[in-house]
Amino acid sequence: MTMLRAEWTKLRSATGWLAGLIGAAAVILGLGVLAAFGVTTSCGEQEGADCPHPPTGPSGQAVNDHFSFVHQPLTGDGTITAHVADFTGIITYPPPDHDQIVEGLVPWAKAGLIVKDGTKPGSAYASVLVTGAHGTRMQHNFTEDHSGPAAARWLRLSRSGETIRGYASADAVDWTEIQSVRLPGLPQTVQIGLFVASPSNVTAKAGAHGGSIVQARFTQATAVFDQVSATGSWTYDNVGDEPAMQTDWEQFHQAEGFTTADGRLTVTGTGDIAPAGQEGGPTITFTLAGLIAALLIVIVVAVLFITAEYRRGLIRTTLAAMPHRGRVLTAKAAVIGAAVFVAGLVATAVTLPLAGHVLRARGNFLLPVPTGTLLRIIVGSAVLLALTAVLAYAIGAVLRRGVPAVALAILAVIVPYLLATTSVLPTTAAQWLMRVTPAAAFAVQQALPAYPQVGKPYTPTDGYFPLPPWAGLLVLAAWAAAILAFAVIRTRRADA
Amino acid sequence: MTETIEVSGLHKRFGATVALDGMTFTAPPGTVTGFVGPNGAGKSTTMRVILGLDRATGGTALVGGHRYPDLDRPLTHLGALIDANALHPGRSGRNHLLWMAHSQGLGAGRVDRVLEMTGMRTVARRRAGGYSLGMRQRLGISAAMLGDPPALMLDEPFNGLDPEGIVWMRSLLRDLAAEGRTVLVSSHLMAELQDIAGHVVFVGRGRVLRAATKDSLTAEFGSLEAAYLELTRGEGALR
Repeated sequence: MTMLRAEWTKLRSATGWLAGLIGAAAVILGLGVLAAFGVTTSCGEQEGADCPHPPTGPSGQAVNDHFSFVHQPLTGDGTITAHVADFTGIITYPPPDHDQIVEGLVPWAKAGLIVKDGTKPGSAYASVLVTGAHGTRMQHNFTEDHSGPAAARWLRLSRSGETIRGYASADAVDWTEIQSVRLPGLPQTVQIGLFVASPSNVTAKAGAHGGSIVQARFTQATAVFDQVSATGSWTYDNVGDEPAMQTDWEQFHQAEGFTTADGRLTVTGTGDIAPAGQEGGPTITFTLAGLIAALLIVIVVAVLFITAEYRRGLIRTTLAAMPHRGRVLTAKAAVIGAAVFVAGLVATAVTLPLAGHVLRARGNFLLPVPTGTLLRIIVGSAVLLALTAVLAYAIGAVLRRGVPAVALAILAVIVPYLLATTSVLPTTAAQWLMRVTPAAAFAVQQALPAYPQVGKPYTPTDGYFPLPPWAGLLVLAAWAAAILAFAVIRTRRADA
Repeated sequence: MTETIEVSGLHKRFGATVALDGMTFTAPPGTVTGFVGPNGAGKSTTMRVILGLDRATGGTALVGGHRYPDLDRPLTHLGALIDANALHPGRSGRNHLLWMAHSQGLGAGRVDRVLEMTGMRTVARRRAGGYSLGMRQRLGISAAMLGDPPALMLDEPFNGLDPEGIVWMRSLLRDLAAEGRTVLVSSHLMAELQDIAGHVVFVGRGRVLRAATKDSLTAEFGSLEAAYLELTRGEGALR
């Protein structure tokens, strides 16, 4: 305790150090709010016209909800069974030549049965479906996905109150229950029926000047359903469609829709029923624009906290007063880490809500994130700052010279992040940087989860990191601890 | 409470250079022990070894019978002034003493007491970067006195002092010894210790040339100055 107190007295009493940490917090707040004031979104002819933004799903996240829906009302409990007799599609101008429209299905093209709380985009649903390349699935409420038997073409969906069960079968005799899910608050009357969706064909290729170029191409799928158990009259809706955005293919060759003949229902659709990603708009992470500048300041202060002692010979006074070298080096690390954490936490806890409010108040759309995610970004960014401070301090304790230590800390934490997120490196290299370097800790800022059931390249450039948030912080913590341990061993052995 | 500084058979090499070659002496309580020898004789290295800052390759250095690094709150056992320039220029003298006080579980009251004692109170809140060497020496003495230790060890405390400061330093050291403390003072100039050292350890090339009381040395050589010149002849070569 006396060591911590002594080191805190040192930290607060040298001109510039505490001011630097307060400055780092001010930079986060200032640049965050400034960035928020700098953004204006405007759509249409008139300045300030509202922009369309993605619908939100039952748990609040932004979603894509665009598909062809052939439906009829169901009041109370009921079951629907159908056989997917045929499932085909087209992909417009895919690689390698990009010169023709080819037949084929994208891996996550979907055709199947669905129960949905009306036809409003974003409303609750549960579905059982066949896919282009991922077998049968049971999916509900946009984020949830469960795999069923691969070869089955018979599908069944039954509703019992708020519980929906999905089944698949290869022969209509042996049925496998894929999953039973609850849709809380599902009303008495729902829409039940057939659906088809076909997400864009997305590819990423290496850019000529590094980085990767992500391309999305229009696709469309057509499913033929027979042996449909439900009778009665069908209604068709192209849910979530924006007529103004339709492609030439839809306008002049094959519109989405449905036809029925001899008990066979043919449904053509495009779009996707899935969580929206970073392409849906900016996230709250955007308001942390000042973090890099703050990290630079924190690195300089943390390095000087130890190298200034070596430069002036003050380390001998320190070690004469506190002869346990390992303990005093660790106490110093704890003090700089704690001080930076507090400054960082104050900054992020004020900046994110405030800058987010400014953005929204100015008519901008931010992709919604759950409160837990917001708290994780706030606390996690402060931990990122604190661990970076400890790492920089430890590098300073090893090198004992300020300039090389600052340079190395920047090289370890900031440079990999910038390389990985600015389209300089191929995606694979960028992802490895974000796994093994101290910059892995930036994963704590990822606002939106990556979903395996969405066929999109999730790259660091788009704000998706290969490690989970806390694992990323652990990588940085491990680096900091290892270098600190090395500094302790070296300092113990050497003459001061 | 009295604590003797005992150095026994210290050996230390820096690469090919022998810095300490069996350094052995005792600084007893109640007197000023002059630690005298030419530059490079091993005085500073000995002091750093006593403080546990440098590792000796052989021998022991004890303060009150204990290794310094094993002492709890070491500044309350042995106060040392090794390098008066070892200050952060952007930190005030008072805050420099304050962190040292906190490291020993002491409070700001003790800091103000030692500042008063060394006449540094009026400038203590200024940044240390602006201090003259004399002020730094006084601040260093304040730091050494912070824990009110029974033993003191000062490396060249007269450096940079004006004549008035030298007089002040001599009377301070004499008073501290008179209080029963152990006072080990190194110098490469015998004249500085002429009137205050009751005990003198002459060193050269990392070992003790002669350790004796002032009275016996004066009787043998006529004066400490003469003893110094006689004993260190040929030892001053720079290595």
